[in-house]
Amino acid sequence: MKGYDVQIENVSRAYGSFKALDDVSIDIKKGEFFSLLGPSGCGKTTLLRIIAGFDSPDTGILLFDGKEILSQPPEKRHVNTVFQSYALFPHLTVYENVAFPLRLKKIDKNLIDSKVREYLHLVQLDSHIHKKPGKLSGGQKQRVAIARALINEPSVLLLDEPLSALDAKLRQNLLVELDHLHDQIGITFIYVTHDQSEALSVSDRIAVMNQGKVLQVGTPYEIYESPATDFVARFIGETNLFEATVVNCDPYEDYFMTTLDIPALNSLVKVTDYDNLEKGQRVSFTVRPEKLKITGERPNKVGKDINLFHGIVEEPIYSGFQSKYYVLLENSTVIKVIQQHANYMDEGPEIDWKDSVFVSWSAEDGYIVEVVDS
Amino acid sequence: MMNNRKREIRLGTTYSFPMGIWLFIFFLVPLLIIILYSFMKKGLYGGVEWEFSLAAYRQMFNPNFMRVLVRTIVVSVAATFFTMLLALPCGYAMARSRNQTLLLALIIIPFWTNSLIRIYAWIAILSSEGFLNETLKFFHIISESLPLIYNQGAVVTVLIYMYIPFAILPIFTTIDKFDFQLLEAARDVGANKTRAIISVLLPNIRSGIITSFIFTFIPIFGAYTVPLLVGGKDSYMIGNIIVDQVTKTRNWPLASAFSLILTLLSTLGVMWMMVSSAKERSQSGKKNPSFRQGGNL
Ligand SMILES: Nc1ncnc2c1ncn2[C@@H]1O[C@H](COP(=O)(O)OP(=O)(O)OP(=O)(O)O)[C@@H](O)[C@H]1O
Ligand SMILES: [Mg+2]
Repeated sequence: MKGYDVQIENVSRAYGSFKALDDVSIDIKKGEFFSLLGPSGCGKTTLLRIIAGFDSPDTGILLFDGKEILSQPPEKRHVNTVFQSYALFPHLTVYENVAFPLRLKKIDKNLIDSKVREYLHLVQLDSHIHKKPGKLSGGQKQRVAIARALINEPSVLLLDEPLSALDAKLRQNLLVELDHLHDQIGITFIYVTHDQSEALSVSDRIAVMNQGKVLQVGTPYEIYESPATDFVARFIGETNLFEATVVNCDPYEDYFMTTLDIPALNSLVKVTDYDNLEKGQRVSFTVRPEKLKITGERPNKVGKDINLFHGIVEEPIYSGFQSKYYVLLENSTVIKVIQQHANYMDEGPEIDWKDSVFVSWSAEDGYIVEVVDS
Repeated sequence: MMNNRKREIRLGTTYSFPMGIWLFIFFLVPLLIIILYSFMKKGLYGGVEWEFSLAAYRQMFNPNFMRVLVRTIVVSVAATFFTMLLALPCGYAMARSRNQTLLLALIIIPFWTNSLIRIYAWIAILSSEGFLNETLKFFHIISESLPLIYNQGAVVTVLIYMYIPFAILPIFTTIDKFDFQLLEAARDVGANKTRAIISVLLPNIRSGIITSFIFTFIPIFGAYTVPLLVGGKDSYMIGNIIVDQVTKTRNWPLASAFSLILTLLSTLGVMWMMVSSAKERSQSGKKNPSFRQGGNL
């Protein structure tokens, strides 16, 4: 039996009048690497604590493989947690910390020993087994916490921002290690983070949360390419986001393109997106900076589906593999453009500060998101 | 780096100098006098005669005195044990409470009253016409007064009452610093509530428990007012013998010898605390604050 389906249905949890979780429903599949992504204080830890059994919801239900689990105490659920602050036992050595879960059961000593060594090897801590947690580095502590959480062979592993205390490089390495580990043992991972790039890079699916609500659940691709709300669009990656009004949304009139009026750009913009729209509806329009093309010269062929604007480079930011430009358009709106430096020959003349440039994007690269009143 | 450390150590030694003087005048000198007196001949009207003698130690191995010594140990251990047993949940509750300041005040307020008066209050509660017996009689639960006072039970009860604040405070300070997420971590991997407290909370507040033990055991071990006022004929403790030898029998060498035993046993206790505390400190790899805190109380 590997992994559980975890079903969270209409779960709410309030502290006084403050709603930490507001009608949260998520279905997590067996063996999935599922991420909860959201800004600080949005209720991620609260949700994990409910799944682990340290807290119970005011309303709503929680099912593991279809079975109600809220009535079970934490020690009876097949769920183990890697805590946000590791929570290693300071009075025990690395070895004893990892052995702790097994020593609670009546298990043969030799079996415990071989299993502890196996898991310490899995997280590559063989050479530190007799140290106390106080003498370990952050990354080592985190791996002890993972080994301790895994040794019971739980069906679900909860990870509460396990990498947040580490530097970028180490975080990247451990993230890859975690991903390998997940592939190796194949149980359900529920991974909490407020770092969108972390979530995008390893998750099978992501739930984006804000203020106790789930805004969108989807694959990293879906979340990035078709954000459901303006918050998701802004929170995941960088984007250009504008308020817009639908001018025309008849798919048969204009090659499946919708026309939007965007006051900030003082112009009409075409988008290949026509579902569930009405004429006159107020929406948000988003286009990712890396989808924009920037050229010094006016492109000589401008198709019907190309949106083209003229502006002046306000701030070029070079960062090796890419450059980011803040371009001041004619009606004083600033738009972000990211140009990848993939191939030197393709790039044309260098673009510099105060250069006059043309910014363009295809109707297929823009995206309409729902406006959430807040 | 190394130089800095050395300097720190040297500075530390300098700063502890006044404490050294204090210890010398008020601890070491009196102790030396006691040791000296215990090896002297008893003076006729108190005091000592300047002549070497082992009489005091010979007198000490009298079965009557030995019985008192054993009783003192038993009563002290029992009273300390029950005090700790009550102090642990109290300290835990205080550390987890939102009204810590209020609870701390409640523990400290009784100290505004002189301890003798508080012991007399217990006489008023426990005596045969006392509050407790009268209440029980009023509700017809008993018809004859229970022998609640002038026995070992009364001594232990009042000792617990007198010294429980000294046990609660160090336990409270260590539990207050304890990371309660560790209990969740223990339960997460399969420990039930009791098991989590035994295998995670207790080892991590060990220094607080040891400090509490010392703070209650030492004064209880030397107690004499409580057995004198609420104890019976068979409740005498070493403290009472010492007082008697000084004020009634006027055998100062014997009083000194008993005091020495008392001090030795107490010192052993303190050393035990320091050794195990130091061990814990070197194990966890960081300074153990509770020990220092204990010393400040
Ligand atoms: N015991 C509590 N009492 C009152 N409010 C609480 C309690 N626990 C959490 N909250 C509140 O609930 C909200 C969500 O908290 P939670 O710890 O779930 O956030 P989070 O998403 O994990 O944030 P972070 O990324 O900073 O860890 C916060 O605003 C927090 O202040
Ligand atoms: Mg959190």
